[in-house]
Amino acid sequence: MVAEEEKSKKEYWRWDETNWVDPEKAWRDAKIITAGVDVGSVSSQAVIMADGKLYAYANTRTGYNSPESALNVARWALEATDGMTLEDIHFSVGTGYGRVKVPFANKAITEIACHARGANYMYGPTVRTVMDMGGQDLKAIRCDERGKVMSFLMNEKCAAGTGRGMEVIADLLEVPIQEVGERSLDVAEDPPPVSSTCVLFAKSEMMGLLKKGYSVNQALAAYCSAMAYRVFTQIKEVDVVEDFVITGGIAKNAGIVTRIERLLGITSLKTDVDYQLAGAIGAALFGKVLYEKAQKK
Amino acid sequence: MISAGMDVGAKTVKVVIVKDGAIIGKGIATAGLEATGAAGAAWEQALGEAGLARDAIEKVTATGARREEVGGYDDAMSEVVADALAMHVAVPEARTIVDVGAEEGRAIKVNADGKVLDFAVNEKCAAGAGAFIEAMARAMQVSMAEFGKLALESTRTIPINAQCAIFAESEVVSLVHDETSRPDICKAVNDAIADRLAAMSRRVLLQPKVALIGGAALGIGLQDSLKRGLDLEELVVPENVQFFGAHGAALSASEQ
Repeated sequence: MVAEEEKSKKEYWRWDETNWVDPEKAWRDAKIITAGVDVGSVSSQAVIMADGKLYAYANTRTGYNSPESALNVARWALEATDGMTLEDIHFSVGTGYGRVKVPFANKAITEIACHARGANYMYGPTVRTVMDMGGQDLKAIRCDERGKVMSFLMNEKCAAGTGRGMEVIADLLEVPIQEVGERSLDVAEDPPPVSSTCVLFAKSEMMGLLKKGYSVNQALAAYCSAMAYRVFTQIKEVDVVEDFVITGGIAKNAGIVTRIERLLGITSLKTDVDYQLAGAIGAALFGKVLYEKAQKK
Repeated sequence: MISAGMDVGAKTVKVVIVKDGAIIGKGIATAGLEATGAAGAAWEQALGEAGLARDAIEKVTATGARREEVGGYDDAMSEVVADALAMHVAVPEARTIVDVGAEEGRAIKVNADGKVLDFAVNEKCAAGAGAFIEAMARAMQVSMAEFGKLALESTRTIPINAQCAIFAESEVVSLVHDETSRPDICKAVNDAIADRLAAMSRRVLLQPKVALIGGAALGIGLQDSLKRGLDLEELVVPENVQFFGAHGAALSASEQ
């Protein structure tokens, strides 16, 4: 009974929270320090940039209270640095679902603009289509060589195709979320996709698949195929132009990325920067521009 | 003639036995991943109540999304027609039937003869099905019966912004954390699903009387929210709300 309880308490959806600093940089030499804080519905990121270059960041889960989540993630990014405090930051920009609730932000900017700008920094000026697969939404953004938004679409109504949906499935199958993608690819052949669109119904369908004799990896493959197909039908509407990139937590899931690439017939650019940082990086970059403008006045 | 109807739904299996049009036995059991065992249990209950052996049943008609998993019937029919047939017997003056099952919602418009004139179905999204309320009740660690009762104690209307059941679950958990009163949350959840059901019902241009059936109809909170959502003076909630599909199937079996 105790073992059972412990098992049910294990949180397979829980992904690693991280913070990082560039050990090569001396922030005290920088002229302008800016911060971007992306408070999403599921995860929050804080990015600190020194003269427009990524210096430090933190990536955490969003709590129940947005202002507190914003402060926590910023503090954790600062903790990675060599003694920087909130007061050392010249300009902070909030973005994401909770952007207006970032207590120390000088300005709030929508996540669409920030993601496009951030992707431009992360992958370079050749990026024309950014697909952000967030915790509770899906965004497809067309942008120009400066990372300026040309057009976009967004689905925030339904968990199918979002990170939160993937977390629910990871929990159901008791597979750590980081392993879902690889394991879904570790099958001889993709089984037919899960037929339920609704994640709640997909849960029962997948339990049925296991009962029918599917391995956990096959069940994951069936879900990832369905999710990739759903995302594919949605983003087709923006006319996906290369270079194409995928940002957000799901970009770390090779099972989804590979299958979307296969459906689109396009390979997405990859980067070493944490895929979840695009929004916060864009926000910090906007912060630099805004600060410079304010100084000139 | 003695005939039976079996309704194999997403969550429960129902069996109704009729003799010359009247119900003489009924049984219901919860189907998990596997519906066959539940069907056996529902049959046993129904036959026990009727005091009959299985071979006394002359004909069996089945309905419900999972009927093929179970088998053991002579004929099959749609849930929509089954609901209409049973409603014509139970509440002949009903003109609109709202049937809310675990994973499906239906609005059916019928005429005075019990014929189906129009219908709308949602089977794609949990937001308009009983599973939505169950998921929220689970998130709040409240039983379904208590959930309905609590909803009626609410004194104010708050919105659930998320339409999606998965997102709404997080929203409900946040509301609990914010110390929003539990009755208000329960009512908000019932209002949310009632809104979805009302939108679906309007697609068939609903007319009074409106009858609510299906497992979710047992929720007194949903009854209250739907009545308000549809702006009705009266919402009929007949007896045996869970057995309409099986009853209709049994009636259909005895017709032929």
